[in-house]
Amino acid sequence: MANPTPLTPQGYLLARTDWHPLEIMFWLATLLPFLVFPNYLSLASQIAITALFALSLDIILGYAGVVSLGHAAFFGIGAYSAGLFSKFVWGEPFSGLLVAATLAGLFGYATSFIISRFRHLPLIMITLGLGLLAHEVANSAHWLTGGSDGFQGARTDPVFGLFRFDLYGKTAYAYSLGVLFIVFLCARRLIHSPFGLALRGIRENFNRMPAIGADSRAHIRKAYTIAAVIAGICGALLTQTTNSASLESISFQRSADVLVMLVLGGAGRLYGGLIGAAIFMIARDQFSGIAPQFWYFWIGVLLVAVVMFLPNGILGGLSAIVARWRRK
Amino acid sequence: MSAIDTSASAGFALSTRGLSRSFGSLVVARDIELNLPVGARYALIGPNGAGKTTLINLMTGMLAPNAGQIMLGGQDITDLSPQARVKLGLARTFQINSLFAHLNPLEAVTLAVCERRGISPRFWQNIAVNKDAIEEAYDILVRLKLGDCAYQPTRELPYGRQRLLEIALALATKPKVLLLDEPAAGVPQEESGDIFEVVASLSNDLTLLFIEHDMHVVFRFATHIIVLVGGAVFTEGSPAEIAADPGVREVYLGKRHHG
Repeated sequence: MANPTPLTPQGYLLARTDWHPLEIMFWLATLLPFLVFPNYLSLASQIAITALFALSLDIILGYAGVVSLGHAAFFGIGAYSAGLFSKFVWGEPFSGLLVAATLAGLFGYATSFIISRFRHLPLIMITLGLGLLAHEVANSAHWLTGGSDGFQGARTDPVFGLFRFDLYGKTAYAYSLGVLFIVFLCARRLIHSPFGLALRGIRENFNRMPAIGADSRAHIRKAYTIAAVIAGICGALLTQTTNSASLESISFQRSADVLVMLVLGGAGRLYGGLIGAAIFMIARDQFSGIAPQFWYFWIGVLLVAVVMFLPNGILGGLSAIVARWRRK
Repeated sequence: MSAIDTSASAGFALSTRGLSRSFGSLVVARDIELNLPVGARYALIGPNGAGKTTLINLMTGMLAPNAGQIMLGGQDITDLSPQARVKLGLARTFQINSLFAHLNPLEAVTLAVCERRGISPRFWQNIAVNKDAIEEAYDILVRLKLGDCAYQPTRELPYGRQRLLEIALALATKPKVLLLDEPAAGVPQEESGDIFEVVASLSNDLTLLFIEHDMHVVFRFATHIIVLVGGAVFTEGSPAEIAADPGVREVYLGKRHHG
């Protein structure tokens, strides 16, 4: 027997929140770039930011079953508002994150009233439409965002007033990784909360939820807002660590990419988005050196293969293999 | 007018007045008037397509009526959402299992208990700290003889166990009125008695209406029978009256024997 029968139902649920040794190993491994790949710290920082972005999508897609093709809208709002805040108010990074999170969260909350009324294809189309809309607003508001020329004038103060954002990305990675870890802890708690259980209920059987007295729409609104807050933090991180923001941050491409990463890694398991983001970003970095743009060919191949053979993503496939191996 | 209606239905746990619904020209509920006294054990019978499940869908708010009123304990609930009706004490089960495949029974019933207690919006709290809610969920499982499979994923449970979990989920909402849509559907006949034993052991305060095809079960557990034909109440009465009714024999019982 892998796990002995727990004494009480409460003890059983409590044990499910324990840290698995693999989780601890995962987080220790995120420190490796400082030692092993000091030349890739900028990439590592981008991976950490993208991983957090995928985690935010996982909360709505992997747990509540809400598919979004416009998640970059919140990323972009976070990116631009952090840039504007640093340009016109001050450059202290944590307050910038807070402002970005708040604005993205407000937009998420406002749109959640539309989102929560739809499911399936209409929902995907509405999120897509809202995403395109946000992109066009950012594009046409040239005076504010710099439009297609990109946003100019972001300046970020040293973290805690001590650590400057250096050329090698050491501070950038430490900062992004720190924020990723803290938000991850919050997301992990959320998943193991009564609310997280309700989200899983929505994913498992949307139609049964009203019959047990649940207001699924209210749950979805809340989850969507939380995901928007996290996505806004991601956008702000990108602006602060690169001192620039562009239309790319709010583009359809970014929405589609993050969905691909989450599906590759495995939705609904917290770590799927993180692993998917790492694989995607490293593959892009390696392949685009050989043939820029053509690398999407390989991502396409990988995506089709994973969806065909590992319907629960790479992480789902791995855990199935481990489970089978344990049973032998 | 509505004041009279309300007072007339005040003594009943659940009642309907002139409940009607049609899809185009197909009438699925025609002017249905029901009165379930508190603690009732009523059976709803009728041939296939008589509109039995439709009636449950109408009463629980999963389908909107074209006309009519639904009263729960004297309160008009006709315009309330399904979840609001559940909160007021009207629960149902489904003829075809509608469970949470990847949750285990403990998680599923805890979810329902958390919804009733209003703690499900708490996203900052470890679920395990809600000892009372978890133990209440576990007690329901034990009562329905599901205690030994509380930690097994729902999809791996034997079918009969899944039928019991259907009832457990409904009980977790602490209903005053429980509508059971063929609780033993698909269960082998020798096991269906077990499920109805569980149903019969439920508290006497709980008002029950169940749909069932097996006449042995109906005559054994029901104190009152409502016969639905073509979306309308054909007749109703005690088991003895229904058994003796030649009209019911003709439209429903046919040549079948019953105890």
